[in-house]
Amino acid sequence: MSIDRTDIEKLGELARIHISDENAQASAKRINEVLALVDQLQAVDTSNIEPLANPLGARQRLRLDTVSETNRREAFQAIAPATEDGLYLVPKVIE
Amino acid sequence: MHNLTLAELSAGLGAGEFSSVEVTQHFLARIKRLDGNYNSFITLTEEAALAQAAQADKLLAAGNAPALCGVPIAHKDIFCTSGVRTSCGSKMLDNFVPPYDATVVENLAAAGVVVLGKTNMDEFAMGSSNETSYYGPVKNPWHTDCVPGGSSGGSAAAVAARLTPAATATDTGGSIRQPAALCGITGLKPTYGRVSRWGMIAFASSLDQGGPMARTAADAALMLNEMAGFDSKDSTSIEHDVPDYRATLNDDISGMTIGVPEEYFDEGLNPATEQATRNALAELEKQGAKLKAISLPHSHLSVPAYYVIAPAEASANLSRFDGARYGYRCENPADLRDMYMRSRSEGFGDEVKQRILIGAYCLSAGYYDAYYNKAMQVRRLIKEDFVSAFKDVDMIAGPTCPNPAFEFGAKSDDPVAMYLEDIYTIATNLAGLPGMSLPCGLVDDKPVGLQLIGNYFEEGRMLNVAHCYQQVSDWHSRCAPGID
Repeated sequence: MSIDRTDIEKLGELARIHISDENAQASAKRINEVLALVDQLQAVDTSNIEPLANPLGARQRLRLDTVSETNRREAFQAIAPATEDGLYLVPKVIE
Repeated sequence: MHNLTLAELSAGLGAGEFSSVEVTQHFLARIKRLDGNYNSFITLTEEAALAQAAQADKLLAAGNAPALCGVPIAHKDIFCTSGVRTSCGSKMLDNFVPPYDATVVENLAAAGVVVLGKTNMDEFAMGSSNETSYYGPVKNPWHTDCVPGGSSGGSAAAVAARLTPAATATDTGGSIRQPAALCGITGLKPTYGRVSRWGMIAFASSLDQGGPMARTAADAALMLNEMAGFDSKDSTSIEHDVPDYRATLNDDISGMTIGVPEEYFDEGLNPATEQATRNALAELEKQGAKLKAISLPHSHLSVPAYYVIAPAEASANLSRFDGARYGYRCENPADLRDMYMRSRSEGFGDEVKQRILIGAYCLSAGYYDAYYNKAMQVRRLIKEDFVSAFKDVDMIAGPTCPNPAFEFGAKSDDPVAMYLEDIYTIATNLAGLPGMSLPCGLVDDKPVGLQLIGNYFEEGRMLNVAHCYQQVSDWHSRCAPGID
């Protein structure tokens, strides 16, 4: 499978990455080279093979839903681009 | 002093032959004098290091010093360090000063280490040459026209240039073992879940694993003793006893069966690298190990499977960098969408963007089954190859990389050629197995590595084999030309 310029723009939209006109061509070319490599997988018969997500086949560990951390809002917000009254500021969303 | 190993420095500090402040000052001065040639550090933490050293000297004098008290190390700039900028090699995090320490950082601090600084790396650990770092490429101390490997190229070069006796690193597809091989040092990627990933900036969460880089297997054992262990803060951490890795370094390896996979000696392998690898295997045979030819028939699928799984996980992990809470935000965003788009487009470099796009593609509607699910099925086949092999052998050995270090730019326009440099290392990440690289020769005056792959949680056995090899070889103690 290979992708063209329209696909790249759609992926850029999905991933919130702007693809400039001058980069779109080169980007599609590089991604297609990688996809050609990845297409080797299609030749393998994987019927009845269970997908492996965690290499040790481990399940997500659960814990009690109790507070385990202290509130460090000020420390976390000290490194934020913009905050006010304990809230993170972003450009206006609702008119 | 910089030629002493971590173990020797630790012993010297314990015996009062020198103080931690002296050792720390020596390494800091050396970094300032020489690192302009290598660019292996992003941040030097001089003031904090000297304060830690002074504190270590007090503990040493009081006679209740922890295991690595007063020895200097460096952290890969992927591990969060409280109050110290943690960039992950990216413009996106150029201004990021974490409010907490990674568990690995915390564990090593508890063991008494002094942190000299944070080492350079490929951006978000995506690369095999260190050319994708926002802070410029790291140069290989053996040959400064050549790459040090990646992504832990800064840690590898710093150890090779004797700028630090040891460093932390991470390995998602070979990022500890490949730079260790290319820089002539010893590096170990533990079993998945052995070392906590808490505070280690995520690339591909089902593959990432932290581990040590040092000059010798004995030093790697000292580091791993402190780095390994269960951590409730990492949901994939494994509860499994941590042995004293030093205790088994000198075990007799006679009678051990070492599997040699035929697929790791394919036509892509440089003949001189093959010779060096075979010489090392012959040395292990001399010590009584039995070599056995084995087959890992799905090996050729590891790179394709990896380049679906790793980008897919990366695209999910890196969605957190949105300009809202920390890291880079673009100037004067017009609206929320513009803030996301421009912060990410300006903050990420080309390789990272490319992998995010590939990941988004593999996970997008209509392609999930053909790519992501298929790759996870192939991942199981790759793991099963190893599970079968370990029924007959105790250890697997082969080359770490097909070639010695290549020149800057040689592969940067051809992503597939670059990815194939990791062809022998990637399968162990997919399977979650431990692997290590140790120096086993020089090809064109550049180091090459022997790779050991152990069964799950057999780090001690790998270190044992590596240590026995290092008792009868001197590749690990050789120094790059021009380094005194």
